[in-house]
Amino acid sequence: MIGATTTDNGANGLVRLFLLVGLGVFALFPLVGSTFYVQLGTKVMVFAILAMSLNLLVGFTGLVSLGHAAFFGIAAYSVYFFTPGFTAASVWWTLPAAVGLAGLAALVIGALSLRTKGIFFLMVTLAFGQMVFFLFHDTPIGGSPDGVYVNAVPTFDALGIDLPELRDRYQLIEGGARAPFTLYYVTLACMLAVYAFLAVLLRSLFGHVIKGIRVNEHRMRALGYPVYGYKLASFVIAGLLGGLAGYLWAVQSLFVNPELAGWHMSAEILLMVILGGMGTIYGPILGALALEALRELAEIAIEYGVTASNAIGLTEMDPHRAATDYYLLVEGVVIIAIVIVLPRGLSGLIEDLAAYLRSGRRSAKGEAEQAT
Amino acid sequence: MSFDVFADPAIFLVQLLNATQQGLLLFLIASGLTLIFGIMGIINLAHGSFYMVGAYAAYAVAEATGSFWLALPIGVAAGIALGYVLERLLFRFFYERDHLYQVLLTFGLILIFEEVRGMMFGEDTHRALTPEALDFSIPLLGVQSYPAYRLAISVICLLVALGLYLLISRTRLGMMIRAGAYNREMVQALGINITFVYAAVFGLGTGLAALAGLLEAPVASVEPGISGRYLIISFVVVVIGGIGSVKGAFYGALLIGFVDTFAKVIVPEAAGMSVYLLMAAVLLWRPTGLFGRPA
Amino acid sequence: MSETLLRTDTLSKSFGGLRAVSDVSLEFPVGLLHAVIGPNGAGKTTLINMLSGDLKPSSGAIYLNGENIAGLRADQVSKKGVGRSYQKTNILAEMTALENVRLAAQSRVGGGLGLITAVKRRGDLIDRAHAALERVGLRAADDRPASALSHGEQRQLEIAMTLATEPNVLLLDEPLAGMGPEETERMVALLRSLVAGHAVVLVEHDMDVVFSVADRLTVMVNGAVLESGSPQAIRASAVVREAYLGEDEDDA
Repeated sequence: MIGATTTDNGANGLVRLFLLVGLGVFALFPLVGSTFYVQLGTKVMVFAILAMSLNLLVGFTGLVSLGHAAFFGIAAYSVYFFTPGFTAASVWWTLPAAVGLAGLAALVIGALSLRTKGIFFLMVTLAFGQMVFFLFHDTPIGGSPDGVYVNAVPTFDALGIDLPELRDRYQLIEGGARAPFTLYYVTLACMLAVYAFLAVLLRSLFGHVIKGIRVNEHRMRALGYPVYGYKLASFVIAGLLGGLAGYLWAVQSLFVNPELAGWHMSAEILLMVILGGMGTIYGPILGALALEALRELAEIAIEYGVTASNAIGLTEMDPHRAATDYYLLVEGVVIIAIVIVLPRGLSGLIEDLAAYLRSGRRSAKGEAEQAT
Repeated sequence: MSFDVFADPAIFLVQLLNATQQGLLLFLIASGLTLIFGIMGIINLAHGSFYMVGAYAAYAVAEATGSFWLALPIGVAAGIALGYVLERLLFRFFYERDHLYQVLLTFGLILIFEEVRGMMFGEDTHRALTPEALDFSIPLLGVQSYPAYRLAISVICLLVALGLYLLISRTRLGMMIRAGAYNREMVQALGINITFVYAAVFGLGTGLAALAGLLEAPVASVEPGISGRYLIISFVVVVIGGIGSVKGAFYGALLIGFVDTFAKVIVPEAAGMSVYLLMAAVLLWRPTGLFGRPA
Repeated sequence: MSETLLRTDTLSKSFGGLRAVSDVSLEFPVGLLHAVIGPNGAGKTTLINMLSGDLKPSSGAIYLNGENIAGLRADQVSKKGVGRSYQKTNILAEMTALENVRLAAQSRVGGGLGLITAVKRRGDLIDRAHAALERVGLRAADDRPASALSHGEQRQLEIAMTLATEPNVLLLDEPLAGMGPEETERMVALLRSLVAGHAVVLVEHDMDVVFSVADRLTVMVNGAVLESGSPQAIRASAVVREAYLGEDEDDA
C-alpha cells in the first residue's frame, strides 16, 4: 500500500519542532544568502508548492498522475499571454485568471482521465500532459518551441501601496546590492498558505473522504460516496495549486518554455513527492529542497572529482562542463537508490525518528518510574 | 490547413507509405511495451532507451565494419541482453510494487542511459549507413520516387509482426504469454516457470524496440534524446490498443502512424496534439482501449 | 403482514452468453429476514450485487418503495437507504475502527463536499459512529486499526459501517464466513436484533444458521428461483430436497 498513513498530519511535537525550525531557516535565509541562492530558494519553494499539490493526488487521494506539469505550464504560460507587450498587468487579475485557467484545464483533463483507473490513469494523464506540451510547442499559441520571454513583471498594488521591489527585480539583481527579497517572501507566504490550506482540507470532511477513497474506493462507493466527483474535486484543487506554482515560476524566471508542461517535469515533481515522502503534507517541501540540494552537491562533487582526476592525469575534461553534463547520471542513480531503500521518503525517516525518540523517552520515563 | 496531399496521387502514395512505415516501426516498440505491461504489470518508461540502443548500435557497428547487416544481429542481441540483465537485476523486484515506484525507477534509468550514451558517443548527430544493396529509389507513378530501403523497413516489420503472431499463437512460450497476459495468478498456479517467461518476455520486448532503432537509423538521425522519440507515443498506442494486447498494439500503431503522418501534412501546427486527441476520443468511447478487456 | 420495501421483478443478469441470474421476482418486506441460499454458482452474489448497484441488471426491475432503482450506481443506491456488507471483508484496513464507521456515518451528511468543516467539529458523527459500534459490540475497539482486528471483529465492523449509513434495507453477503462457533453465535444474535425496522436480505452457506435465523427462505439454482417460502415449507419441499439439500446431507 502506498501513500499516507491515515492517522497522520496531526504532527506530533517533535515533528512540529522540526517544522518550526525549518520555517525559521526559510524566513531568515535571505539575510545570509547571496542573490543566486535567494533565487534558488525561491525556485525551491515554487517546486515545493507544485509537489505539495501533486501530493494531494498521489499521497492522499491515491491517484498517480504523470501529467501534473500541464497545470504548472498552463499557468506559467498565462502570465506570458496576459502581458503581450511591455506593459505590466496587475497581479489582482492575472493571478486568479492564470490559476483559474489551470483549474479549468484540470477539470477537463480530470473529467476524462478519471474514467480510467490505475495504470491507465497514469498513462492517460501522461498523454494529456504531452498534449499541453505540444500545444505550446507546435501551435502559434506558444510563440516558439524554444520558449518565450515575459517582458513585464505583473504589478502588485495593494491599498494604493506599490511594492517596487517586485516590479524592479531586475535592477536589484543587476545592482547586486540586494537579493530579490520581495518575491522570495511572497513565495514563502504562498507556500505557507498552501500548507495551511492542505492542513485544513485534510482534516475536513472532504479530506477524510479522499483518504478513504485512497484506501478502499469500492467500499467508499458502497457507503454512498460519489467517488468520481470527489476524485475530480481533488484533481481540480491540485490543478489550481499547481497553477499557483506555475504563476510564481513565470514571475520569478520571466521565461516560459514548453518543457514546463512536459512529462519530464511531471516525473521530476513525482520524484520530489516520493523523495520527500507522501505520507505528510510537508514531505514534498523536503523533497523539493533535497532534489535541489542534491543537484548543487552533485555538481560540486563532480567538479572536484574531475579536477582531481585531471591533476593526476587520469582525465582531461573541463570540470565545470563535466559537472553540468554528468549531473543527471548522479540523479538517475540517486532516484533508483531512493526507490529501493527509501520508499517512504525523507519525511518517513523523520516520522520514524520522532516515533523512536518518543518511544525511547517513554520507556526511559517508565524505567525511571520503576526505579523510584 | 491544407488538403493538397490528396490532390496528387503520387504524393498521397508517398505519404501512405510513410504512414505505414511509421506505424509498423511503432508497432515494434509498442508490442514489447504492451507485453511487458500485460504480463509483468510493469510500466517501463525506459523502453525508449532500447530503441536508442538499437539506433546507436546500427550507427557504431556499421561505422566500424561498413556492414549494416552485421549491425542488425549485434544490435538486437544487445537489446535482448540488456533487457534480460535489467529484468534480473532490477525489474523483478518491482513486479509487486506500486506503479509509482516503477515510474521512478525507469525514469532514473532513462537519465542513466542518456548520460552513458553521452559519454560513449558525444552530443553530435549521426546517421547510420544505408545498406548498399538497398541504396536506390523506386519510381512511383512516374513522377515521384521512393527509397527502396524505406520499403524494406516496412517489409521487415511485417515479417516480424507475422513471426510474433506465430510465436504467440503457435508456440509453448506463446501459450504462456497469452495465459500470463490474461491472468498472472493462473500462470503461477499452473506451475509454469514464470521466471523464465518474465525474462523471455522482457528480452523479447526490449529486443523488438532495439530492432526498431536499428531499422530506422539509416533514415532518421541518430542523436541525443532519441530515446524519447517514440516513448510517449508508444504509450498512447498501448492505451488505444488495450494493455497487454499485441493485436491492439498492431492496429493502434498503424492508426497512430496514419493520423500522425497525415496530420503533419494537413494541419502541421496541431500535428503533435492530434494523436493525443485521438486517444482521448478512443478512451471516451472505450476506457480500456480497442482490444482491452473491460475492467 | 408488513409493507414490501424492496421488490424485484423478473430481474436477470447475463455475462456474455451465460445467464447468471434469470427472471428473479422476490419481495423483501420490513421486519423480515429473508435468506437466499443455493449451491455455488447459483447466482446469489450476483443477485445481491444487482440489488446494491454494484452490478447493472441486464433486464428486469428493482423497486425500492415503488421506485425502480435498477441501473443506479452503488453510491446512489446506498443513498436511497440500501446498505450492504461483502462476502470478502471490505473495510478501510489502514484506518481505525472508529474512523471506518465515522466515514460511513458521514456519508449521510448533506450539502457540499465539506471542504472546510473539520471532522473534529462534527461531534454528532462520532456519536453516531459510537452508537453503531456499540450496537455490534465493538465499542471497545474504537482506536484500534481495522487491520489489527480479528476476522470476526472485522465482520462486525463491516456491519457497523453498514448500520451507520442508516439503511432501511440490509444486504448481508455471507456475514458468517470464516467465523468460529462463538463468533457465529454472537453474529446470529446481532442479525436477529437487526430485523426490527429493516428489510434484511441474507446470503449464507451455513444451513443450520439459515434455518434458525431466517423468516423466509429462497432457494436458487442455476440463477433461477427454485422455491421460496417459510423455513418449514422449504424443509418439506421435495424439489429442494432433491436439487440441493439432499446432496448436502449426503455430504454431511
